[in-house]
Amino acid sequence: MSVLITFIQKAVMQGICMLFGADGEILTEKSGNLNLGVPGMMYMGGIAGLMAAFYYEKLAAHPNGLVGMILSLLAAFLMAAFGGLIFSVLTITLRANQNVAGLALTTFGVGFGNFFGGSLSTLAGGVGQISVAITGDAYRAKIPLLSKIPVIGDIFFNYGFLTYFAIIITLLMAFFLKRTRWGLNLNAVGESPATADAAGINVTLYKYLATVIGGGIAGLGGLYFVMEYSGGTWTNNGFGDRGWLAIALVIFALWKPINAIWGSFLFGGLYILYLYIPGLGRSMQEIFKMLPYLVTIIVLIITSLRKKKEQQPPESLGLAYFREDR
Amino acid sequence: MEQTYAIELKNITKRFGKIVANDGINLKVKRGEILSLLGENGSGKTTLMNMISGIYFPDEGHILVDGKAVSIRSPKDSFDLGIGMIHQHFKLIDVMTAAENIILGLKGNAVLDMKKVHKDIQELVDRYGFDLDPAQKVYTMSVSQKQTVEIVKMLYRGANILILDEPTAVLTPQEVDKLFEVLRNMRDDGRAIIIITHKLNEVLELSDRVAILRKGKYIGTLQTSEATVESLTEMMVGEKVSLDINRPMPHDLKKRLTINNITCTNEDGLHVLENVSFEAFGGEVLGVAGISGSGQKELLEAIAGLTKLSSGSVIFHSPEGEDIDLAKYDAAQINELGVRHSFVPEDRLGMGLVGSMGMTGNMLLRSFRKGKGFFTSLKAPKELAEKIKEDLDVVTPDIDYPVRRLSGGNVQKILVGREIASSPAVLLVAYPVRGLDINSSYMIYNLLNKQKERGVSVVCVAEDLDMLLEFCDRIMVLCDGKVTGIVDARKTTKEEVGRLMTSHKEEQ
Repeated sequence: MSVLITFIQKAVMQGICMLFGADGEILTEKSGNLNLGVPGMMYMGGIAGLMAAFYYEKLAAHPNGLVGMILSLLAAFLMAAFGGLIFSVLTITLRANQNVAGLALTTFGVGFGNFFGGSLSTLAGGVGQISVAITGDAYRAKIPLLSKIPVIGDIFFNYGFLTYFAIIITLLMAFFLKRTRWGLNLNAVGESPATADAAGINVTLYKYLATVIGGGIAGLGGLYFVMEYSGGTWTNNGFGDRGWLAIALVIFALWKPINAIWGSFLFGGLYILYLYIPGLGRSMQEIFKMLPYLVTIIVLIITSLRKKKEQQPPESLGLAYFREDR
Repeated sequence: MEQTYAIELKNITKRFGKIVANDGINLKVKRGEILSLLGENGSGKTTLMNMISGIYFPDEGHILVDGKAVSIRSPKDSFDLGIGMIHQHFKLIDVMTAAENIILGLKGNAVLDMKKVHKDIQELVDRYGFDLDPAQKVYTMSVSQKQTVEIVKMLYRGANILILDEPTAVLTPQEVDKLFEVLRNMRDDGRAIIIITHKLNEVLELSDRVAILRKGKYIGTLQTSEATVESLTEMMVGEKVSLDINRPMPHDLKKRLTINNITCTNEDGLHVLENVSFEAFGGEVLGVAGISGSGQKELLEAIAGLTKLSSGSVIFHSPEGEDIDLAKYDAAQINELGVRHSFVPEDRLGMGLVGSMGMTGNMLLRSFRKGKGFFTSLKAPKELAEKIKEDLDVVTPDIDYPVRRLSGGNVQKILVGREIASSPAVLLVAYPVRGLDINSSYMIYNLLNKQKERGVSVVCVAEDLDMLLEFCDRIMVLCDGKVTGIVDARKTTKEEVGRLMTSHKEEQ
């Protein structure tokens, strides 16, 4: 029983990283932009958040956890949104190829994270010496009382603030996309920018906002990893391939935020399943780590066989829009 | 009594480079009236309407809406004046419902109240007798339902002046009747309607007045009650223009193609060709005339093996005396047999030449299968490219210069040159001189005439009636995918061909 509870908790923790990334990418892709820079933006968000907390705790006389949280949250969001802005300028204004720009952003973002992470380690006095204990603890603070309920408390209320924030953001986004005028317009931009343009929607503005805000949200996934998952420290390349899993999750969720919630927990569970199966050799472990991708491929196969229009990606995904192209 | 018009155009002129698309056009539409705008292809109908809907801005002239001079600089300006244009290609989003498409981009409460939107739309639908379910997704709709969504969209946004660009082109006769009924209801409700068309019977059936354009010029406006098919045709096609194309008399005719009752359907299940039968002979030029979209493209594609036939057969009588049923072969094999297809689409490079490749590369497209084993041979295409450049005076800095950057005439020469280089038995050409200046056009005519004298059967699709009358030996006229007549180009008149082109329901 206790193994199962731990497994669920760990799966959720893995999943939340991906959920932030997937939320950001869903918003971005709804505008027709396929931003493969998500893994990079998550690195950028993570390191920016960590640096903000580090310097705050170093410079402030009496560091306060809440202030550290707000500062690191803002830093992570803004830095990753800046990544989204780079992508937007390249692909929307300059109409560069989205795949190339996205992959370049990922390469850049990972390097950016590792460079500043390494520098920060040196500043802090060596690898693994970075400590933002106060902010880290604030992020890790659990819900009082509720988390003490046996089993239910362990499964549902045993997480830090960002976990619930992720779910709230996802729910808000689902509402935004489905029930608001702006959401409808954003969908139109991703489906057919020419139609949206003719209907008087500012296509460029929607694309920029969705991509920049989407980038910022994805960056919170990196922050979550650094603060709550690793407890406020940095390891080079420690984030691993969770960014790519976030993109796979977008496909798995069929571009619907609500699906991304349970999908992220499923992905998280599959991602760490190898730790809970006794007697696995090293090679078998790697095979188990492939499971989330395998599931994504199966979903892709099933949806393309079913050919349901609602389950397809936005129609103009990956294409630049230029009004005078006909 | 001074009457204000819903919309009034005064002396509108629009030029694209050297071409005058609209030349001093005057037009008036009252509220509660349906005006037909009639004209051949390229007569400037759509350009004119695009200026009302804000896509183009006129070079000269004024537009008055309700008696006030206005300046329409964007589709939004046009919207704000209550003008709604329904294009031939619908601008709808497939995965959304009718209602979502209708409210797209409108201002209002941030949170959508779809129930109220559905109710409002239903009211409009009931008022004019549309057939529409606001909750239906667009991708499950038929063409006519999509058109309905577009019309309702305009009404929902408060359009009082509606412009429909060839609305019946994609509809079945029953759907056309339904559309007309709705349009009449809207007219009776005091809206002004302009319908762009080239179908005479629709003009006579639906409109109150009809305005005629020809080659960018305004010819006149008639009360529909005073118009007849003959008077309209005469105004539409006008006098014959002499082009003086050298046309050798055909001699030594040999049957090359027999088309038996072919029928083709498009993806929407509509017949694009219906029971088409004709013969084409070596040593003559057979022209194919028709309003665009009457099945010309499909006909050529059917012969070239690019489109599947629903029924009928295409028999090729080869110079060796064999009768070959082309339906049994694929496009590449038909090519090998000597039936060559030189289709020049609107963008000219789309089907036939690869824009970013040079002449050599484009020659290679026809011969890449030759050569030894895995490798293809570049030598022959290079020689051919040199030869075409030499023989046809193609102006290019180098045979490897991307053809996309060459002028239209040169591109056309390369395309036709490549196809005739293999000495075909049948040459199918579409719009061979579209967009070319006079000299380049004559160059192409001479090229094709040379082929004709060599005994090639040339089938030529074109839009320009003057050119067809001067260049071809016989002209087959298509209308709605049906052959409405095959006439001798030396004896017929422009009026007769024009009438055949628009004789839609006459034989029914």
